[in-house]
Amino acid sequence: MRRILSICTLLAALGGLSGAETILIRNATVLTVTKGTVENGSVLIENGKIAAIGKNVSAPADATIVDATGKYLMPGIIDCHSHTAIEGGVNEGTLSDSSMVNIKDVINPYDINIYRALAGGLTISNVLHGSANAIGGQTIVIKLRWGKTAPEMIMEGAKPGIKFALGENPKRAGEPQGFFTQGAAAERRYPGTRMGVEEVIRESFTEAKNYQAEWKDYNDRVVRGEHPIPPRKDLRLEPLVEVLEGKRYVHAHCYRSDEILMLIRVADEMGFKIRTFQHVLEGYKVAREIKEHGAGASTFSDWWAYKIEAYDATPYNAAIMTRKGVVVSVNSDSDELQRHLNLEAAKTMRYGGMTPTEALAMVTINPAKQLGIDDKVGSIEVGKSADLALFDQDPLSNYSKCLKVWIDGHEYFDRDKDLETRPKFQQEKKQLLDKENAQQGQRTGRPAGANTAATPKEEGR
Amino acid sequence: MKHHYALLAAALAIAPLAPAEVPGNIAIKDAHIVTVSGADLPKATIVLRNGLIEDVGTNVTIPPGTWVIDGTGLTVYPGFIDALSTWGIPGAIPAPAGRAAGAAAQSPPAQTPAPAQALTQAQQQNPIEAENAGRPNVHGPEDRPQTYSFERAADLITPTDNRLEAARAAGFTSAATFPNRGIVEGLGAVIDLSGERGRDMVVAQPVGQQILFRVGGGGMGRAFPASLMGNIAYIRQLYLDLDQYKRAKETYASNPSGNRRPEYDHDLEGLAESPRILLPADQAQQIDRMISFGQELKVPYVLYGLHEAFKRVDQIKQANVPALISLKWPVAPRDADPTDIPNYRDLVIREQAPAVAGMFAKAGVKFAFYSDGVDTAPELKRAVKKAMDAGLSRADAVRALTLNAAEIYGVADRMGSLDKGKIANVVVTKGDAFDDRTTVEYVFVDGAMYQPSKELQQGPPAGGAPGGRRGTTPGNDSEGGRN
Repeated sequence: MRRILSICTLLAALGGLSGAETILIRNATVLTVTKGTVENGSVLIENGKIAAIGKNVSAPADATIVDATGKYLMPGIIDCHSHTAIEGGVNEGTLSDSSMVNIKDVINPYDINIYRALAGGLTISNVLHGSANAIGGQTIVIKLRWGKTAPEMIMEGAKPGIKFALGENPKRAGEPQGFFTQGAAAERRYPGTRMGVEEVIRESFTEAKNYQAEWKDYNDRVVRGEHPIPPRKDLRLEPLVEVLEGKRYVHAHCYRSDEILMLIRVADEMGFKIRTFQHVLEGYKVAREIKEHGAGASTFSDWWAYKIEAYDATPYNAAIMTRKGVVVSVNSDSDELQRHLNLEAAKTMRYGGMTPTEALAMVTINPAKQLGIDDKVGSIEVGKSADLALFDQDPLSNYSKCLKVWIDGHEYFDRDKDLETRPKFQQEKKQLLDKENAQQGQRTGRPAGANTAATPKEEGR
Repeated sequence: MKHHYALLAAALAIAPLAPAEVPGNIAIKDAHIVTVSGADLPKATIVLRNGLIEDVGTNVTIPPGTWVIDGTGLTVYPGFIDALSTWGIPGAIPAPAGRAAGAAAQSPPAQTPAPAQALTQAQQQNPIEAENAGRPNVHGPEDRPQTYSFERAADLITPTDNRLEAARAAGFTSAATFPNRGIVEGLGAVIDLSGERGRDMVVAQPVGQQILFRVGGGGMGRAFPASLMGNIAYIRQLYLDLDQYKRAKETYASNPSGNRRPEYDHDLEGLAESPRILLPADQAQQIDRMISFGQELKVPYVLYGLHEAFKRVDQIKQANVPALISLKWPVAPRDADPTDIPNYRDLVIREQAPAVAGMFAKAGVKFAFYSDGVDTAPELKRAVKKAMDAGLSRADAVRALTLNAAEIYGVADRMGSLDKGKIANVVVTKGDAFDDRTTVEYVFVDGAMYQPSKELQQGPPAGGAPGGRRGTTPGNDSEGGRN
């Protein structure tokens, strides 16, 4: 048992439980994203923040020196659309407006996908509710502080959001034979059309405004010294009031240009802002309108045609929207893609001729802007959080590997340490298995190690 | 207590091996008495009379007309308490895999017929009510999905549940029994595992409201709530509504004239009546989540499950929350694909789960055990022994099964230790409790005496739970039959 605990401690140590040290990363190609590239540059980390950047940065005597000669340092990657580390269901798809549910309640910090994403340089995820309903659940921005608890992963100062979804997904959930209801004898859930999706959003915000007015009236009466009974607190309408008051971002899943325009109209009518359009494959058709609304666009690099509404798409989408002045990010929407978002970003160079910096911005400073955290993260600048990823070569190359990742100046991933611990970890696992098999053998009279041999079939014969 | 003799007679009818004639007064003389509340008495006497402990100690006068058992070589413990049970509610079988997991898999409503006993009288009489028992037509929290907060274990229990006999054979005399339907499962009762009728068995009620998160259906195509976050949001809304309801009622009570009366709310009344809630928390992140949720709800709460609590002992101690540890230790799944290699976390949980109790005892966390579907005497005994093998002292194991459970449910003034005046719930063993060769000689429930048979104590041939272990008897192997 002591051995198990020691491995646990080891893993925890790997998980960034070491204190915030002073670190000097020396002689790297520093891709600041916002302030150009510093060849043979150094970055000093103090108290979890970036303290200095330049060719000649002197380190305090107690600093840990990381020699990064020939390597590339970039800001930690940010994913504006993720469903990682969610426990017990990504969708509460039973209602057309499920804004009372909150992803914050169900983050699972033990999800191995967090660690795997870290190993690809990802440091921040915007964890969203699924797209089964017009108004989905509340969303949360996490830092991938592997080894910490869920509350410790929630990013400080990042505004929470809410997921909207337009088009096929929310209306398909209303079809008995639909994609999401296969096999289940489900009753049809409103809406079944795009018109219905629009109506759900308008209806919910109408209710939210009434609710807001009800509370305002109550508060006014309290101020006047009256003693009214407070209105019922409604967890579904509270987040929508926050949207109306600008305290919560709207991240809207969409594909077609007509539904994008529809949502802009509804938002203008109801008096709220859409923070980001997500996926937004036809965004290139309405880039001007998106920009005018002040929304960002978070799209896929080259992923389309997996359903009808995703046909009129182009991998030039990100580039076109960027040229039209929209803040664009490239997202993963997937536990696999989130492990190499740097390569997803690189595709915008091939399709649309983005510069390397513009490409990197798609997965760093741009998603940071979209999430309202660009004052803290998203680029290598003095004063920002030391969220950094070190690659062995240019991260826009297919051949690059992520070597180290820091979040707030803590090291959360180290490729060499990971490789080093693997044999020990495997051995530990084998011991646990052997022990279990031995106990099982004792009880059943089978020889030790017979766990895998005792297949149901053999047993039955 | 004037029904005592009748009750005893009934009990005898249920326990065929009980002696034919047992007088009302029983003394066990010169036995090793483990009082739990005080010092162990190596050679002492306990007198049971009228279903109560009349006296216990080294200097006890045995009243005339008392049936005396020579306690030489015997050990006397307070009767064991299952701290979260369905015993006494036949048909209410804990969900096999999920009860402790914090997110029980849910099968479609059509496949989970509610136990007949669990239907309210109104539902039995009204077919539409009965059909709506699962409330499939849910448009949001306001339709109170899967909410049975008003259902009372005390109204559902019956002495005919055939699990009671096996439980007594393992030394259990009492249980905190809960209905188990839906997400908000109803009001539990502390019961004694013997009686002529259900109502004879009730010791205290309501003692709590059990919450079980029911997650499934891929999150879609089901009634709200289908996801874990939906379950949590629902409970949160329910408690906000309860606050509102209480406030409205108070306001009306202080000034009824000229005001509309607040509507009577069945669901919220059940919630309001519950002195505490039981929250499912098996894995570490679930423990974190439920500690903060319990604190947020501002109701006294208890955690249950706790198999990965070895990672969260300090946090549980700091939160000062009682913990109910499931005796259904996690083991390798029975029908796993032989080529599957279990993940590391599962392996560690299987290895370490039985050590949680010992860690709690050392840290001073108030904890008890619950059966979680482990229903036969030898398995219950083995399950407790497993915790002892992993570091729990016998004294702490006994305490967890007796006084701790009684304290957690607020009934320590009447059960949980061998003290004068408490209910005569007593187990008498030959050998130390939970040891392999130890036998249960007598069990007294509310003073009624049982002598569990050897067959019951040894149980059916190996093959059943606790989990995973495959039987060596082919006849026990349903899988074998199919091949």
